[in-house]
Amino acid sequence: MALLQISEPGMSTAPHQHRLAVGIDLGTTNSLVATVRSSIPEVLNDEDGRPLLPSVVRYLPNGHANIGYKAQAAQTTDPKNTIVSVKRFMGRGLKDIAYAENLPYDFVDAPGMVQLKTVAGVKSPVEISAQILATLRQQAEDSLGDDLVGAVITVPAYFDDAQRQATKDAAQLAGINVLRLLSEPTAAAIAYGLDNGSEGVFAVYDLGGGTFDISILKLSKGVFEVLATGGDSALGGDDFDHRLFCYIHQQEKLAPLSDEDTAVLMVKAREAKELLSTKSEVTVDAMLKSGEEVHLTITAETFQEITKHLIAKTMNAIKKALRDADVDVDDVDGVVMVGGATRMPHVQRAVGDYFHTIPHANIDPDKVVALGAAVQANLLAGNRAPGDDWLLLDVIPLSLGIETMGGLVEKIIPRNSTIPCARAQEFTTFKDGQTALAVHVLQGERELVTDCRSLARFELRGIPPMAAGAARIRITYQVDADGLLSVSARELRSGVEASITVKPSYGLADEDVARMLQDSYKEASSDMQARALREEQVEAERILLATQSALDEDASLLSDAERAEIAVLMQTVREIVAQSAEGKADHSAVKASVEALAHGTEEFASRRMDRSVRSALAGKALDQVV
Amino acid sequence: MQNHFELFQLPQKFAVDAAALDAAYRDVQARVHPDKYVNASDAEKRVAMQWATRANEAYQTLKNPQKRAQYLCELNGVDLQIESNTAMPMAFLMQQMEWREELADARAGKDADALDSLDQQLRRARKSRLAEIEQQLDAADFHAAAQGVRALMFLEKFGEEVRFAFDAIEA
Repeated sequence: MALLQISEPGMSTAPHQHRLAVGIDLGTTNSLVATVRSSIPEVLNDEDGRPLLPSVVRYLPNGHANIGYKAQAAQTTDPKNTIVSVKRFMGRGLKDIAYAENLPYDFVDAPGMVQLKTVAGVKSPVEISAQILATLRQQAEDSLGDDLVGAVITVPAYFDDAQRQATKDAAQLAGINVLRLLSEPTAAAIAYGLDNGSEGVFAVYDLGGGTFDISILKLSKGVFEVLATGGDSALGGDDFDHRLFCYIHQQEKLAPLSDEDTAVLMVKAREAKELLSTKSEVTVDAMLKSGEEVHLTITAETFQEITKHLIAKTMNAIKKALRDADVDVDDVDGVVMVGGATRMPHVQRAVGDYFHTIPHANIDPDKVVALGAAVQANLLAGNRAPGDDWLLLDVIPLSLGIETMGGLVEKIIPRNSTIPCARAQEFTTFKDGQTALAVHVLQGERELVTDCRSLARFELRGIPPMAAGAARIRITYQVDADGLLSVSARELRSGVEASITVKPSYGLADEDVARMLQDSYKEASSDMQARALREEQVEAERILLATQSALDEDASLLSDAERAEIAVLMQTVREIVAQSAEGKADHSAVKASVEALAHGTEEFASRRMDRSVRSALAGKALDQVV
Repeated sequence: MQNHFELFQLPQKFAVDAAALDAAYRDVQARVHPDKYVNASDAEKRVAMQWATRANEAYQTLKNPQKRAQYLCELNGVDLQIESNTAMPMAFLMQQMEWREELADARAGKDADALDSLDQQLRRARKSRLAEIEQQLDAADFHAAAQGVRALMFLEKFGEEVRFAFDAIEA
């Protein structure tokens, strides 16, 4: 909605008004919510005092779902309907999922993003993640006693556009206003950097349940600048479990396992991994439903040996990130360890050896991401005093490109570009008289289309027929501060245009999200209807006032026709609000008129904002223009 | 529309005070970055994103000496014609061929020392080329500078190949 007031950059809310904002770490294994209270970030525990919410959702025959510990308890008895590590499926097709054959789920290979068939119906990873997010949101609102203005949600730095978009969709579905998507290692760096007042170049090694990130950051007075990031969005603690699982299976010469036995053995493998963090050997005992018995001793050395290649993968990613950052290993001033999987001693040793230093781990590696996100959310919500402020400059992890003739990818925005960023490139037609152009948007480092991730396809139609090579088609890629891409194409001679916000074809369309939200509203009581109407009426009054005062100050920025158009929209809002007071219009009618006004004043707001920024940069006093 | 130098209020010449550039960039981002407008309207968010995008573009252009030189040529009406103009002096081409042979030998023999020496030579060549470009730009000889930038791009590209060769040997 177009707020027309313009405030000085960095002071977008009135002082002394604390706005509740939280940081959410939506993890593969566990999720957390944290907030800043009295200047100190803290994790918000659940009603039983537990900080972690297992990222597990169990669907029940009656259509309801259990989330967290209760769901986790059913993991071995009801594996098909108990979804663990759903983060690994976000924005992913069936072929992208490693060891899908070892997972107990009924996958539905929907175009683009995989779906899961449960006893409560077919669920997308976005809906499942939304269940977890909604639980955390409720937990936060219960312990803070008020509604949230928004949340910063963390994503692995190495998440591509499809995975980020899926995460944002899940938050929207959970009714959360996303202030920003923040990279997990960056969040950790914020938690550490602010705590220790550090300056210099830092490496953040983040090995979570299902994802690995390495980020190289430069910290200097008030600025967190990500120099480069790298990783593997399908490598994490789960893979160490899986190696143990396979090792046990192989050593004990077990027959192919049923779903139940697979779940039992996976739990045993995880327990063994956790014990091996503190013990030099562990014995796995299990009685399987198949009648087979497992009794196997595994030493820390063996564990190290069978997971060596996983650690080597992370080391290669570190080398690449350092090279991209143009930083020598000896220039790194400190290393921060993040993620539960960094508790494994052989992981810590390998990282310490590589950087010739002892990694920092003084903040709980399970909590540090959520704490950093909470601190950033507090800043973004406007709760910081002017001056007590910092700037965060993040990058995109993977190059963005376009398909050209011959199935090749032309890179438009290279990886590790600071966001937000945009780049335009010109292309032309291949055939005489060609009137349409197919744009295929890709992400990845490889040269062939088939080796990169397909993000979206769209067509530019209505190009006037010209000789091959005569049309000039400018394609613009814009990446926003969340790392999300939008693409537009324009034929420069004719002015024909087409654009798309890259919602991966398999992500939930906006209408789907709207429908799901609507379904939940339908059940709402008339009480809520009345409240919704009141809220819309307040919003209508606010926008009318704001528009009027903007017009009083800056009508000169508009043409007569533009002013007349806004006047009509304002009059419509007044009339509908009047009707709603007599019960002749409902909250959605008010909302529609308010949205029409907001939309109709966007250009005006944007001109005012633009002028305000120009003046600020030119060093003029702001009060002369606002 | 301000050019990149004007945006950061820096003198429009090749020699750039790196610390002043960093400080100016951060100052601009501190005013326009979308993180400062999280609670604003969609229109304001969009404008903030566009300004922050511009600031990033300007910073990346001015920070990198080759891009900066190219930009100065363009500001002064000299297009580099990177795709159409590949003419290079004979001596430069001979040098390139020599280096390419050295690279091929080093790669075949997995000779890291030879790669190192090649890398050193390249660094020196880039440095002296940049010094030359600076003089040409300061003397407002933008056509000569453009020729220099094209040569520099050859060197950068070759430098990339040397880095790939390092990677291949390490792996």
